[in-house]
Amino acid sequence: MIDFALKRSLGLIIVLLLTSFVVFALIGLMPGDPIDLLMSANPNMMPEDVAKLKAIYGVDQPLWTRYTHWLADALHGDFGFSRIQHRPVLEVVLPALGNTIILTFTAFIISAALALVLGTLAAVNQGRLTDRLISFFAFLGISVPGFWLGLVFIYLFAVKLGVLPAGGMPRADQPYPAIAYLVLPCLTLILIEIGGLTRYVRSAVIEALGQDYIRTARAKGQSESRIVWRHALRNAMIPIMTIIALGFGHLLSGATLIETMFGWRGMGRLIYEAIMGNDYNLALVCLLFTTTMVLIGSIIADVSYALLDPRIGLSGKQR
Amino acid sequence: MANTLSSDQGPQLSVSIWRLRFRAFKGDHAAVFGSLVLFCMACLCAMVGWIELALEVSGVETDLLTRFEPITQQHWLGTDDAGRDELMRLLRGGSVSLSIGFIAALGASLMGIVIGVVSGYFRGKVDMLLMRFTDFIMSIPSLPLLIILAALDLTKLGFSTEFVRSGEAGYWRIVAILILLGWPGVARLMRASTLALNGTEFVLASKAQGASHLWMMVVHVIPNAISPVIVATTIAMGRFILVESALSFLGVGIQPPSTSWGSMLNNAQELLVSDPPLAIYPGIAILISVVAINFLGDGLQKAFDPKAVIRR
Repeated sequence: MIDFALKRSLGLIIVLLLTSFVVFALIGLMPGDPIDLLMSANPNMMPEDVAKLKAIYGVDQPLWTRYTHWLADALHGDFGFSRIQHRPVLEVVLPALGNTIILTFTAFIISAALALVLGTLAAVNQGRLTDRLISFFAFLGISVPGFWLGLVFIYLFAVKLGVLPAGGMPRADQPYPAIAYLVLPCLTLILIEIGGLTRYVRSAVIEALGQDYIRTARAKGQSESRIVWRHALRNAMIPIMTIIALGFGHLLSGATLIETMFGWRGMGRLIYEAIMGNDYNLALVCLLFTTTMVLIGSIIADVSYALLDPRIGLSGKQR
Repeated sequence: MANTLSSDQGPQLSVSIWRLRFRAFKGDHAAVFGSLVLFCMACLCAMVGWIELALEVSGVETDLLTRFEPITQQHWLGTDDAGRDELMRLLRGGSVSLSIGFIAALGASLMGIVIGVVSGYFRGKVDMLLMRFTDFIMSIPSLPLLIILAALDLTKLGFSTEFVRSGEAGYWRIVAILILLGWPGVARLMRASTLALNGTEFVLASKAQGASHLWMMVVHVIPNAISPVIVATTIAMGRFILVESALSFLGVGIQPPSTSWGSMLNNAQELLVSDPPLAIYPGIAILISVVAINFLGDGLQKAFDPKAVIRR
């Protein structure tokens, strides 16, 4: 266990270091640098001032020097200042992280639970009307552009019916209750996620239902519902856990889009605003936080394998 | 590679595996329907210039006197906020969206095939390094990284300013980004198949006859590992069309005056109250094409591997 924890945290640190370097290098290739932005804001600046400022901010240094500087500061807990928000980066990121967790976790839990039920139902009724209907909607779910679905929802529920806000965050002076702001972004995210998950659950359960131990259970005369929920679904859980954990990264990517279009003040929207507003410190830290969340998701998946299947040890080898 | 069938199959005694697969594919109505729809859409999009001439409408010329027209005999889907024919805009956007999806899926597959086969064939250190790199790319949340890549200043990479400002650059930039982030899936598939082929007799026999590494990979390994890759490429095309539309919708993809379905939706977002159909049509176009492509992918998968349950 300790061995596993050490190994995975080492892996996490290496990926984070690599990500930070790659993104740092990429950000250096984005249009303009902080001093160019200051210059465009202040026409009275002289070329000497620019050179002086560039030296102060270290923009004239080579990439590697700048990166190690940034890294040294970051390791001391100093992630720099956000240019668009005029506050320390962490102060901006942490509330956004909270908002993203509210949105993605709600969507994640609802879509995973629904997909388990729908996928199993489809698998049990394979080839029948229930299966066809569920499979058809799951198919639409993996083919629909999520942001367009969001647009349609805004049109239907906010413009036409006027029952839900078109976007934004809950505020005291708004006519809608706080939860109403979560409904549309959450619904859109769930619908993007649920199609793929349902298809996956369906095929995993179909595969499990074809195994010998199911025949044995039937021969023993066990009830069909017990066979499905206790024997088949339990054994199908391992491949399902993989896709659910990997789906977490997918969910965060989806959240970037959904948060941006619904004005939900989460990490996704923050990343988008930071990149568009040349706020490099902020963009970098946001991306590192999201990557960490994805990696933690995959570690949780590995731990849950060991919990779900005693044959699998944490080292990944079959015992 | 010939499969001998039992005599009750009629006079034809041996049928190639590809013929068998084609037969299985033909039997799948959804897949055949999907490929027909896709083919028709691609043809219509490719012929948009002639269609415009024939119907005497334009998806490019702006006309401020005919803005926001409803569906009329001349404009089958009405006109947009600049008086351009919406149907022709859709076809023009479609040729960009579909071709980006197609080219990027092919490119990502090629890259994935090369990396996967090298990784699985040589194994050892090369394999470990390449696979760690693959894991690394797969562990970064893709959309934020895509936005950064789409916002890069290409002049800092040594491209000329004229090229960067041209519409061409916007198009190829998206294709390049999709390829760069899209190959790991195919690479993993290819590596797994290659590892399985390494120990087979025909590969060993060829090695014993002194075949070069390149010959072995190109003649023996790749053709025998290609069928899951073909399915993955089809699925990737659908996914890339969705990603391109998302990037263009966020305003970092295809830029005006070029147009894609995603950039049309970006434009229509502000017109949601005044002219909602403009926000509906491009989405339906994306939905239809991606559904068609996924039908095609499912059909191919069933035809290539009848035993496998589709997992995705």
